[in-house]
Amino acid sequence: MPRLRINGDVRDVNVPPDTPLLWVLNEQLGLTGTKYSCGISECGACTVLINGEPVLSCGLPVSEAEGVDIVTIEGLHGPVADALRNAWIAEDVVQCGYCQPAQLLTAAALLSTNFNPSDEDIDAAMSDVICRCGTYQAIRKAIHRAAGEIRHEKK
Amino acid sequence: MKKNNIDQKRRDFLKLGFVAGSGLLIGIHLPGCTEAANQSVSTPEIQDDEFKANAWIKINSDGMITVTVSHSEMGQGISTAISMIVAEELEADWSKVRFEMAPVEDVYKHPKYGIQWTVSSMSIHASWDLWRKAGASARQLLILSAARFWGVSVNECLAENSTVIHKPSSQTINYGELIDKTDGLSLPENVRLKRPDEFKIIGKSVLRLDSHEKIDGSAVFGTDVKVPGMLIATIVHPPVFGAGIKSLDAREALTMPGIKNVLTIETGVAIVAETFWQASSAIPSLNIEWEKSDNRHVSTRQLFKRWKKLGAKEGKVFFEEGDVKPVFESTSRVVEATYDLPYQAHATPEPMNCTASVTKTGCEIWVPTQNQKGAQEIAARITGLDNEQIRVHTTFLGCGFGRRALVDYVGEAVEISRKINAPVKLIWTREEDIQHDFYRPATHNVMKATIDSHGRPTAWLHRIVGADVFAQAMPKVISGMMPDSTPRFLKNMATSLAETFLPRIIAGKKAIKSAGPLPYRIPNVQVEFINDDPGIPIGWWRSVAPSANCFAVECFIDELAAAGKRDPYELRIELLGANPRLQHVVRKVAEMANWYEPPPNGTHRGIAAHDFQSTMMAYVAEVSVNDFNEIMVHRVFCAVDCGIAVNPGNIEAQVISALAFGLTATIKSSITFREGKVEQGNFDDFPVLRMDEMPRVEVFVVPSNNPPTGIGEVGVPIIAPAVANAVYAATGKRLRSLPLRLDEA
Repeated sequence: MPRLRINGDVRDVNVPPDTPLLWVLNEQLGLTGTKYSCGISECGACTVLINGEPVLSCGLPVSEAEGVDIVTIEGLHGPVADALRNAWIAEDVVQCGYCQPAQLLTAAALLSTNFNPSDEDIDAAMSDVICRCGTYQAIRKAIHRAAGEIRHEKK
Repeated sequence: MKKNNIDQKRRDFLKLGFVAGSGLLIGIHLPGCTEAANQSVSTPEIQDDEFKANAWIKINSDGMITVTVSHSEMGQGISTAISMIVAEELEADWSKVRFEMAPVEDVYKHPKYGIQWTVSSMSIHASWDLWRKAGASARQLLILSAARFWGVSVNECLAENSTVIHKPSSQTINYGELIDKTDGLSLPENVRLKRPDEFKIIGKSVLRLDSHEKIDGSAVFGTDVKVPGMLIATIVHPPVFGAGIKSLDAREALTMPGIKNVLTIETGVAIVAETFWQASSAIPSLNIEWEKSDNRHVSTRQLFKRWKKLGAKEGKVFFEEGDVKPVFESTSRVVEATYDLPYQAHATPEPMNCTASVTKTGCEIWVPTQNQKGAQEIAARITGLDNEQIRVHTTFLGCGFGRRALVDYVGEAVEISRKINAPVKLIWTREEDIQHDFYRPATHNVMKATIDSHGRPTAWLHRIVGADVFAQAMPKVISGMMPDSTPRFLKNMATSLAETFLPRIIAGKKAIKSAGPLPYRIPNVQVEFINDDPGIPIGWWRSVAPSANCFAVECFIDELAAAGKRDPYELRIELLGANPRLQHVVRKVAEMANWYEPPPNGTHRGIAAHDFQSTMMAYVAEVSVNDFNEIMVHRVFCAVDCGIAVNPGNIEAQVISALAFGLTATIKSSITFREGKVEQGNFDDFPVLRMDEMPRVEVFVVPSNNPPTGIGEVGVPIIAPAVANAVYAATGKRLRSLPLRLDEA
């Protein structure tokens, strides 16, 4: 029985070891902020953070997710997350919202290592997550805004 | 409203609503609960401490105002916009306004179409006055109740910020304190509506009401619905469209973990399991033999060959101004070109899905749909229940783009639930979603024009060959436009008659939208349509026919400008002399782009404009072509006039969204058929625009006091011609089919 560390909690899940992490989170644990959209690691809607790095959970067997720290949108907290959420609201980023948990998690990973990303840094970090609503420009603005807030806090 | 406010009686009803910031509100209706099933759906839940002013407004004792939203929220911001419009006339404190989705009820019908749905960028345009009146009459009722309570003249009272004020005494009372003081008063009619210069909320960039729940993972989309005892299903449709099932061998699938059932339904084979992962993992183990369908010979390559031949002959004229024939016969300066548009998939990020719970006495549906009435109708047809026994709960939609105006997935979930006698959530795989869409139809466009010695067009012929969306789609929704009291057999008869005769009657009428009439002053115009429907399923795709027609029109105008050695911007300005609103946005966009200055290094410009249902829009795109012949779109300027801008920030967001949607179809993806099957299946072979491909977009919204027009779709049709015209400026090559490919030119 796979044992997972998710959002700081230890969870034992009764699923075959080849079950993708996406479905363990979404169906077994009710963490529905992790979304299914393509199932082939193309669109990024299922992004979670594993040891702080964005990973597409639809392509990751649960057996390979043991012994690592998994963070989903429901467990994304802290100063970077707060700055990002505030910026997401202030820039009115969301539209349909289906991919936004994945966008926020990916942005959080970027800002945890780079407090002053350029547009190119943002594009490089964020291009794994498709937004069919095309909120990309607002996401860029929101990441810059959040980065500015984080830099300001650190001064 | 909070969960703990729902009393026990109301817990008997399964209810799903959205209240900004508080997420999912849910009560339970277990199958077999006849009380719930018999409860009329036309009674939206009202809490004990709530006052329902009318179909749109509820106020509780804390002063919280809940606006009932009759249109689906699929990202376009309608839930915020309706709330703003109601709150404006209600004189509401905006910080106390939230929204919930409407049930199916006649009062929530789209006034233009007579069916409760969200389509055609028509929500605000059609219902703006209705919502304003709802807000104004409720406000007046609250003022009346305050005046009566105080024993003062109503003329001495006014309302602002959710408070009624008695001017002479300066005493005030909040809306929340008034809700138990309205007894015996009726809603005033003919209340004066505000002038635009009196607006406090409308016209300001207001932040969306649905942000919080969409950034913490709590927003409930269709795929997130949970119902007690629910099983999960997925479906396999015939790979060749229209093929029936000859035989099904599910023995292996039924031995797999969690698989509960495999069954044949109207549209395919459903696999029912405990989880979606189990259901979808069992697909490859199914042994299905499909019947041979005549459609197995359909290929888009062959189709375009056929259309090329058909397009060489005259078609049926659907729009005519002047007479093109004598001009073509007498003029030597004739320009001709053909444009080909492919099929397009909607590719909504949330795949098609629906949750249904059917019992003998009722049916509950939770679904991300644009067509609530259609959902109820298809469920009534399949279950034999009456419309009022069917409750439809609208979740958030992971995009719609018109795909969710059709309700095939609802019918499937209802049929599965009825057959397995359990609540079921049906989720399509992405592959099924891409391969069993109702596509934007492909068309072949024959263009012919003459120009005079000043380079002005004198005659214009546009012949469109293909199928008409409305001919295929209208029969599917027609029964939803009939009164509930119509007997089922009559509804079925109407549907069947519509399928037989409607295509012949209506094919072409709406297929020429944006092709005729043209916004440009050309003395002789003829627009023809040749109806040739290969049977490929087609549907409404964000902006519908103009998504194709504008490519042909706006590229061909550019070709005429080049042939007449005219600047493409100046030619448009000259031809728009009788259309000052569109002329103004074209001037504006040229000004934004510094049209007369050289474009930034290495880039080239293209311009395009159109009038989409009286929303005027123009783009200038800055484009470059790299050494690998790849087209890169760096920056796009946009000017748009959509009448009163209810929420300017959201209008900008919708323009950018539509542009991104159109850009995927411009430079990235299309749907092709081979041997009756769709050749694409997921985001690897139907790629969607990513962040590093997204241009910078600058939007100017023209200030206006005209009633608002639509904004959700207008940005789609003209991005392709703007980019194609820029590619011509960059390379001298005219690309006349989409997606644009220089290596094939």
